Amino acid sequence: MRQVYLDHNATTPVHPEVKKAVAPFLAEQFGNPSSIHWAGREVRREVEDARQEIAAFFGCQPLEVVFTSSGTESDNLAIKGVAYRKGNAGKHIVTTAVEHPAIMNTGKFLEAQGFRVTYVPVNRQGIVEADTVRKAITKDTVLVSVMHANNETGCIMPVAEIGRIAREAGVLMHTDAVQATGKIPIDWKTLPVDMLTFSGHKVNGLKGAGGLIVRKGIELESVIHGGHQERGRRGGTENVVGIVAMGKAFSLLRQGMPEEVRETRRLRDKFEKALFDRIPEIVLNGHPTDRLPNTVNLSFRFVEGEALLLNLDMMGIACSSGSACTSGSVEASPILLAMGADPVDAQGALRFSLGRGNTDADIDYVVDAIEAVVDKLRAMSPLFHREAKAR
Amino acid sequence: MAGGPYTAKVMDHFMNPRNVGEIENADGVGEVGNPACGDMMRLYLKVEEGKIVDAKFRTFGCGAAIASSSMLTEMIKGKTLEEARAITNQQVAEALDGLPPVKIHCSVMAEQAVKAALDDYVKKNPG
Ligand SMILES: Cc1ncc(COP(=O)(O)O)c(C=O)c1O
Ligand code: FES
Repeated sequence: MRQVYLDHNATTPVHPEVKKAVAPFLAEQFGNPSSIHWAGREVRREVEDARQEIAAFFGCQPLEVVFTSSGTESDNLAIKGVAYRKGNAGKHIVTTAVEHPAIMNTGKFLEAQGFRVTYVPVNRQGIVEADTVRKAITKDTVLVSVMHANNETGCIMPVAEIGRIAREAGVLMHTDAVQATGKIPIDWKTLPVDMLTFSGHKVNGLKGAGGLIVRKGIELESVIHGGHQERGRRGGTENVVGIVAMGKAFSLLRQGMPEEVRETRRLRDKFEKALFDRIPEIVLNGHPTDRLPNTVNLSFRFVEGEALLLNLDMMGIACSSGSACTSGSVEASPILLAMGADPVDAQGALRFSLGRGNTDADIDYVVDAIEAVVDKLRAMSPLFHREAKAR
Repeated sequence: MAGGPYTAKVMDHFMNPRNVGEIENADGVGEVGNPACGDMMRLYLKVEEGKIVDAKFRTFGCGAAIASSSMLTEMIKGKTLEEARAITNQQVAEALDGLPPVKIHCSVMAEQAVKAALDDYVKKNPG
């Protein structure tokens, strides 16, 4: 059966060049980068080369890159690192209602520790308005954290504008750029933020490796206490394989990103247009233009997301639904509800995220499949028939 | 083919649901669930001489909800009203070779739908 992967915001396939680059580190290059002998020295050099590549991609200095185990750990380090270091200056953090659980639940944890966290809302199109952040900042605020782009909707937030507001207020600014990385240009030199999270497996690298860029001069409390690795900012022998993979992935992106993004955007736009042309009663969740070039989140009205997802899976199509079943009810995606989406429509939302390797033939296949599955489920839906009768 | 968390029986009833549709001039209709919570089921019954002779449904919901609806209609056909009223969600789940724990409530909807449809029948046919 044909398999089409349209879930690149969840994770991406490993780039063949990345696979090649890491092979020696699963064999002869086994040394500990902290060892001063021959076995360690070469591995150290590779780790630092990877750091260089990543720094070159973002336009930061290599020593501003802190390697971690994931985007999740980077988010933890940014938030807790500032909170614990700056806690005495003030105990208030401003973030948004649509962050990834890595930020959301870190915020909840800090609330239990006596911090105050404001989760600013988004507008109907899923965008955080800079002014709402401005109004949320108080004299107690030590950190603003706003994601660069949202994982479910692809909405791109005005991070530069919010960063300037934070600067004026003398507050540190973090952005979770896990989804934005590799999809829209990011320039550390001109972006007024102090910390930025990225993750390897969203850019055709490996799972279990990520990083936090920390502007020179900013001190964070560690989250993982241990050895002197990462200049004392993150203990633990480095995940060499994951780091080398990221180095390769970012060097590939530095060369190929404009072309790749153009192609992904073309396919995404074609996909989106075909669906709107062929299937009635679809709702776009997210901003029509301020959106990642690979992402489209749609509600297929009168049908439920998991049923859609399972049917598509049976046809070899991988995508995602934001709703999560909890005992008693299927909870619609909190992200869509935070945007003020109709709660019933939110139940029928699917996220499609394209990436490297998707083709025109994939898109044609998936559009046909979605049309057939939506027809089938609507024929079964009491909501669809009620609506049809009302008309 | 693997159906993620679901048994082969659930996947069968989900992918090829039995008795989808509507019965014109049904003797009993039951509607339960709340679409904002992700599920809603409408069940139609045709009753003759104290027995359910036909059942059809329409369901908005997840895979487990659709499979439970389909299985339920199979189970109640030919049953007396008392027998149908006695059907529990556990019996529906068992007939599907089980449901994941978080999906048990989807079969509850099926149980409630029969009871609602039978109540409607009684209301339309007092005495
Ligand atoms: C916006 C965002 N932040 C953080 C993460 C977590 O990254 P990781 O999977 O590397 O922990 C993700 C991954 O889904 C994400 O989309
Ligand atoms: S209908 Fe509730 S999760 Fe199945």
